[in-house]
Amino acid sequence: MTFINYASREINCKIVYYGPGLCGKTTNLQYIYDSTAPQAKGKLISLATETDRTLFFDFMPLELGTVRGFKTRFHLYTVPGQVYYDASRKLILKGVDGVVFVADSQEERMDANIESLYNLEENLQTQGYDLNQIPYVLQLNKRDLPNVTPMQDLVGELQRKNEPVFEAVAMDGTGVFDTLKAVAKQVLTELRKS
Amino acid sequence: MKTVLARLCVECAARVVFLVDRDGQTIAFHGDIGDMDTTSFSSLAAGNVAATSSMANLIGEDAFPAVVHEGERESIFISVIGRSLLVVVFDKRSTVGLVKIRAKRASYEVAAILDEAVRESAFTMANTPAFSEITDEDIDSLFS
Repeated sequence: MTFINYASREINCKIVYYGPGLCGKTTNLQYIYDSTAPQAKGKLISLATETDRTLFFDFMPLELGTVRGFKTRFHLYTVPGQVYYDASRKLILKGVDGVVFVADSQEERMDANIESLYNLEENLQTQGYDLNQIPYVLQLNKRDLPNVTPMQDLVGELQRKNEPVFEAVAMDGTGVFDTLKAVAKQVLTELRKS
Repeated sequence: MKTVLARLCVECAARVVFLVDRDGQTIAFHGDIGDMDTTSFSSLAAGNVAATSSMANLIGEDAFPAVVHEGERESIFISVIGRSLLVVVFDKRSTVGLVKIRAKRASYEVAAILDEAVRESAFTMANTPAFSEITDEDIDSLFS
């Protein structure tokens, strides 16, 4: 739920990056963090294991500017992708305004993508959301690797509701900001409707 | 709200007192934040309470109404008030017992103010055309 602070004239929105383990959710945030001016961002908090796998979540606040006199801030979160961290994933989806599903384009990760997407739909339902109703973007990551599934096959398997789809290489930033912009735009459009 | 937080801060001899939404957004704070990243702090406080609440459910408790973290120099007390969290950061000048008692008393006032704020914000939203007037150009300008 978008948090509007009328006293300080701020709009705060929560965007969650979801997807299977090692698909590049944290890399998306890391790239956004590295490419953003210091005054527009807070710290990038990573609750990770000793081997740099996300344990609970990554978090960074990103300030985009003002809309109609309201400072607009996006809180970007990632979830831990590994199957056994499901309880954490459910918690992070609380209060979500928009979701980016980061799919791993490698052929051998297709099943993991499908399982994670199913898990997203289920966990959103648990929190009282419907994937068909919330701002949502599909990112096909790791397009630079040699063993990737063709885009149309991935879209055929993973696209749920004609949501925007972006090819990405999060490591070098390709598609990262396009993805963020698309989901942020949907969130603000929802705010306008409400 | 600021008055209640300011009084609680003095009564607890706290360094800083926060009111945080359960989704991790800072609602208000009073005290010495120094160079603390308040946005990250609120997000982590909410994550902390969300995690301990789930742990409570796993052992058959509905929730933990309060969470305490005691450090060598600084400590944190978090009290759950409906959809919000009252977070007190304090040091050796205070004690957990004192903070608990004072925070409990303040929590009734905070709850009453929040109830009032919810009613007012429903009215404000209904009467503030700002968001319905957001244009595609406004949104695009954020990314220019």
